[in-house]
Amino acid sequence: MEHQAKAHLLEHRDDEASKLGMWLFIFTEILLFGGLFLVYAVYRSIYHTEFHEASLELNVVFGAVNTIVLLVSSMAIAMALTALQQNKIQLSRQLIWLTVFCAFIFLVNKYFEWGAKFEHEIYPGSELLMKLKHGHILYFGLYYAMTGLHALHVTVGMVILIVAERRIKAGKVHPEKYVFLENSALYWHLVDLIWIFLFPLLYLIT
Amino acid sequence: MSDNHHSASTHITPYRTLAIVLVVLLALTFLTIEITSFDLKAWNVALALLVACFKGYLVLSYFMHLKYENLLIKILVGMVILLFALIIVITYIDYLFR
Amino acid sequence: MRAEAQEFYKGTYLENTGRYKGIWAWLTSTDHKRIGLMYLYAIATFFIVGVIMGLLMRIELISPGKTIVEPQAYNGLFTVHGIIMIFMVVIPGLSATFGNFFLPIMIGARDVSFPRLNLFSFYLFLFGSFLAILSQFMRHGPPDTGWTFYAPYSTTTGTNVIMATTAAFILGFSSILTGLNFIVTVHRLRAPGMRFFRMPLFPWAIYATAWIQLLATPVVGITLLMIIAERLFRIGFFDPALGGDPVLYQHLFWIYSHPAVYIMILPAMGVITEIIPTFCQRKVYGYKAIALSSVAIAAVGYLVWGHHMYTSGMSGKSLWLFSFLTFVVAVPSAIKVFNWLATMYKGSIDMKPPFLFALFFIFLFTIGGLTGLVLGALATNVHVHDTSFVVAHFHYIIFGGMGFAMFAAIHYWFPKIYGRMYNLKQATVASIIMFVGFNLLYFPQFIIGIEGMPRRYYDYFPQFQPAQVISTIGGFVLAAGLALMFYNLIRSARKGEKAPANPWNGTTLEWQIPSPPPLENFDEIPHINERPYSFK
Repeated sequence: MEHQAKAHLLEHRDDEASKLGMWLFIFTEILLFGGLFLVYAVYRSIYHTEFHEASLELNVVFGAVNTIVLLVSSMAIAMALTALQQNKIQLSRQLIWLTVFCAFIFLVNKYFEWGAKFEHEIYPGSELLMKLKHGHILYFGLYYAMTGLHALHVTVGMVILIVAERRIKAGKVHPEKYVFLENSALYWHLVDLIWIFLFPLLYLIT
Repeated sequence: MSDNHHSASTHITPYRTLAIVLVVLLALTFLTIEITSFDLKAWNVALALLVACFKGYLVLSYFMHLKYENLLIKILVGMVILLFALIIVITYIDYLFR
Repeated sequence: MRAEAQEFYKGTYLENTGRYKGIWAWLTSTDHKRIGLMYLYAIATFFIVGVIMGLLMRIELISPGKTIVEPQAYNGLFTVHGIIMIFMVVIPGLSATFGNFFLPIMIGARDVSFPRLNLFSFYLFLFGSFLAILSQFMRHGPPDTGWTFYAPYSTTTGTNVIMATTAAFILGFSSILTGLNFIVTVHRLRAPGMRFFRMPLFPWAIYATAWIQLLATPVVGITLLMIIAERLFRIGFFDPALGGDPVLYQHLFWIYSHPAVYIMILPAMGVITEIIPTFCQRKVYGYKAIALSSVAIAAVGYLVWGHHMYTSGMSGKSLWLFSFLTFVVAVPSAIKVFNWLATMYKGSIDMKPPFLFALFFIFLFTIGGLTGLVLGALATNVHVHDTSFVVAHFHYIIFGGMGFAMFAAIHYWFPKIYGRMYNLKQATVASIIMFVGFNLLYFPQFIIGIEGMPRRYYDYFPQFQPAQVISTIGGFVLAAGLALMFYNLIRSARKGEKAPANPWNGTTLEWQIPSPPPLENFDEIPHINERPYSFK
């Protein structure tokens, strides 16, 4: 019975469908973050001076480093796919680990960034924040909401990438069947894509 | 049925292409930081966003392989971006004219 | 199951051939037909609960002042009635039930593209529903915000808003994944020869709907998370004291919830478009127009959300834009109505229950649609906003429209699903009782709405009472009709007369396979050579 079920699954394998499904899922993520971008757009237009003032609290160097880290990681995972497609299994696995490492660096940076803010008592609902101007309060609310949701996706992405690497090791993902890695990479690129917009919008407000 | 295993385009992106894209992306990142260090009023946001969009285009086209995908996915990506833009614009019309 | 049932279902999808027996054979099944039926049974149950909530409200409203509940409880009633009906009945409604069962069959496929994801969607649906019901009973009391969760009340009230919004989030995720599954299915699994313009119109409707499910739902997802963030962290997005704007919540909420009503109605229109040609034995008038109008409704429907907010304080330009687009989106719906009528003209009409329900649909949906124009026009909207006129309008569309289409779908596809026929006379009688009860229940609400009766109000001026009494009586007449319908269907599912494969002489693919269908739908995937609805 089990064997029949497995044969059944193989017969119905459709990589194009899997990839299309992944793109559709990416669309939902764009709209999900899109809601936050909408809130940002509205409040930035209303409170543009205060947004600028508040953004000075952020460290552009941290932000730039994180941007570089993610861009490099994006290239790494794209190369990992190329490697797998060319039967360079070892290289592929190493590149995935590089990507995961970059993600880890990103999260460590984020941890320090947020930590510094918490130390200065800047977080939603804090006494200090409540005393600031409206634009400042909303800016930080958006900062935490957007980078927080993004960091959650980075974490999930790390898990997915590690799963992909394990499956390559186990031989379940290989040059003849790589859609799992392809889709994992797409998810990772999305995480990078979102940050590409978050960085200038949160850190570089003139 | 059995030939659905491979992508419609079994195009493999060369390492070189990916590396070049990264270099361009890094350059654009520094460009953005530079542009936003001067006060150009409303142009700051516009330019920063424009550069971000171009970076996004590069990530979509080369890293995410969209350049080599079939037409359907390309059209869908375009439509989703258009929808998102419309929603922002229409909401803006409320706040801009209050 | 018993021996005779086993014999009856041998060779069909209802036969248990797998590892599991009994209810587990269903709960672990990735067969789109079983998943569709599980959704149907869950939704039918939630519908009955929602109806009971509605009847309790009707009893309360039969006289001014307190009748059976306190005001706080009344707020809880209309909130839970809305949450159940919207998120657990009408949105999953036709897509998750008949979309699941018949989309693959009607395009010549053996299942959807991602059967396991399909089952996961169902589990999410059950879990979200469970949380929604749980929110009624937890410590801080049932939510009293209305299903719309408007800020700032939803961010400050002490009731179980976080649990209810979490439930809605999970239910939304279920909807997104179903939409994703259906889109890929339509793109990848159509039978050879079935180009897009050879697909029947119910699959077209499900396809258009799936796009709305996919793209609109995430927006309400993030919005509900923002409400939770407000309650937990005072993030301030909708709090005027912190610089936020409650109207922004309304924008975000309706950016989903308006397209959501098209999630409700598009599959319903798809069902009607299947039923009418079959019972007139004529091909659909304007096949392409109907297909494209579904897509047009889905597309333009994303842009009209502000018509729920005319009185909220939006800018004048916004008001103008939304009203204009609202009138535009009415056009494709009207096109469908004309095409249905044109299909009937000179047809060989057979007044069986599915067709009767379809006729009732057209009548009720038209009233709902026309009163929608009253609401879509700025000046008249100001007068009737937040009155029971609105309540009557959306019940005519959602219940009279989607609800009756659901009943039509059940009566149309019942013989295919169960291989049995129901009692036609009882079905006809039930439908007429429901139609009469429905109009008694809701039409008076238009009138008192114009006269000033507010919605979601527990108490009212004495001059509104006669209409409220008629409305309450109508509610119970409708319930009686529903009870008869349920009785007929449930009894016939177990003991009805054996039904042939094609009792209505339909031309679409589901009627070319046995009733009930075999597990894999087709012995051989057919090759499609022509447009659908060619009656000989």
